[in-house]
Amino acid sequence: MNALKRILGIFWLLMGPAVLGFLIFEAVKKNSLPTSTSNDMLQWGIIIGIFVPIAIGLMIFGYYSMKGAYDLED
Amino acid sequence: MSSEAKYSKGIWSVITASSVGTLIEWYDFYIFGSLATIIAAQFFPEDKGSAALLSTLAIFAAGFIVRPFGALVFGRLGDLVGRKYTFLLTLVLMGGSTFAIGLIPNYKSIGVAAPLLVLLLRLIQGLALGGEYGGAATYVAEHSPAHKRGFYTSWIQTTATLGLFVSLGIILFTRSTMGVEKFNDWGWRIPFLVSSLLVILSIYIRLKMNESPLFSKLKKEGKTSTNPLKESFTKRDNLKMVLLALFGAVMGQGVIWYTGQFYAQSFIENVCKIEFAQSRTILLWAIAFATPFFVVFGALSDRFGRKWIMMLGMLLGIFSYRPIYQHFLDITNEKNKVEIVAERSVERTATLVPNKADSLIKTTTIKHFDDGALFKEVKTDTLYVATGKSAIKPVVKIEKTVGDSNYWTFIVLIFFQILLVTMVYGPIAAFLVELFPTRIRYTSMSLPYHIGNGVFGGLVPFISTLIIEYTKSPENPTGSPLAGLWYPIIVASVCLVIGTLYLTNHIDKNVRDDENDYIHKH
Repeated sequence: MNALKRILGIFWLLMGPAVLGFLIFEAVKKNSLPTSTSNDMLQWGIIIGIFVPIAIGLMIFGYYSMKGAYDLED
Repeated sequence: MSSEAKYSKGIWSVITASSVGTLIEWYDFYIFGSLATIIAAQFFPEDKGSAALLSTLAIFAAGFIVRPFGALVFGRLGDLVGRKYTFLLTLVLMGGSTFAIGLIPNYKSIGVAAPLLVLLLRLIQGLALGGEYGGAATYVAEHSPAHKRGFYTSWIQTTATLGLFVSLGIILFTRSTMGVEKFNDWGWRIPFLVSSLLVILSIYIRLKMNESPLFSKLKKEGKTSTNPLKESFTKRDNLKMVLLALFGAVMGQGVIWYTGQFYAQSFIENVCKIEFAQSRTILLWAIAFATPFFVVFGALSDRFGRKWIMMLGMLLGIFSYRPIYQHFLDITNEKNKVEIVAERSVERTATLVPNKADSLIKTTTIKHFDDGALFKEVKTDTLYVATGKSAIKPVVKIEKTVGDSNYWTFIVLIFFQILLVTMVYGPIAAFLVELFPTRIRYTSMSLPYHIGNGVFGGLVPFISTLIIEYTKSPENPTGSPLAGLWYPIIVASVCLVIGTLYLTNHIDKNVRDDENDYIHKH
């Protein structure tokens, strides 16, 4: 189990920037539509602003996991 | 009186005093969400339609987003000066801002200042709530014996749902007493103003409470933290537990909770178009039946551990949401019903648009179905004198009242969703309290709790509605109504994987610092 946690740590570490990248990609895509309004931009700005620190937290979690910080003693 | 009887009396006083205050804070917080459609009409321009609703939901969500900041500010205060005075302060802030929302003039009177003032007060509400819950949960847990910590703290867990219950009850009572028109005009303010009475009562109860024994002991020994924020989030041993609590438990718990209670309500009202009062009584019944299970699962977590009960709740949510919401759509879909055509009524009225020569043509159609359902459609068309033509897009408002059988189907399915809420939420206070030492407990447990619930959970109605908006197209003008569920399903799935692999099912025997062994086991 400890080995699996360490391997998954890499996944969580990469998932943080992947989620952010996805949100930024979607925000750019939706805001470049001719029907988009300033309200859309504000909504996406809020969503990205909120999820940046959370994605960083997920990366730190992944890093700790990869380094064995969550390994259980036998 | 034996010492055991004295203790028993004491712990119930602690639970009552903590719970009543927390319930009132939740009440204050939720009346805003329960009145979202009316607030949208009051504080935003009339012609904005769904954009106004989305803006209201955004303000509603703003209250959730600032909760982690409230957790930091008041959590720090609670670890520095004590639990009792901190959650007295949060109560005053919450009550004051709720009362003030009830006094703000509408958009017609003061223009854009109206939504800005609402936003400001909503942010204060969010900050106050961010400080309240951690204090109440910590306070009760620090009075509880290890073998009953899940049971005693689960009473605090019932307050969030009961706060919603009371808010819905007061709204329905006020609305039915004064009539729909008056309520929509100014009566919606009453539930906000009533809050001040409840808060005064709660302050009176809380002033009589003593400080938490564990915190008092630490303070006496001079062992309280001098910088709880630094200690909580810069020390690796503690930070890793904060992150584990967030990603392995609270994140999933938050989305399960808000899907079961708030998204369900929003969905049946805005997507299924169930009539205002009926949609709320459905939720009231479901809450009334499900609420005792917070205590049941809290008590079970003392016996079987916290982890697996919470994980099972998430798993069931992940697999059941789509079938449940699909069923909601099916039983309110006109195509699946047989109309009693003889009972159909159509009424057409024409009125002049104020200060113009144009006419408003209002057509009200009422259809009855063999399962007892009644669908009312009000189509408002503007006939322009200058062109002799009507508006390209008439305003159509649909209200559906379901028959008895489907009414109970709604109740059962929402009850099931709230049952899942009780599984994930009942044990979580005990789980969080046991993760952190007393000196930084208020700060450390409050932050992940409010990110999980305030951000991940609180954004469920907003993000889900937004996802549905994005699925709309000229070919599919109503969009994909189930698309919004992907947000809670994905978040809960990630949390389930992390929680299953990384959490232990260990119950901490003692939450005192010197004997807290949970962190050191990792």
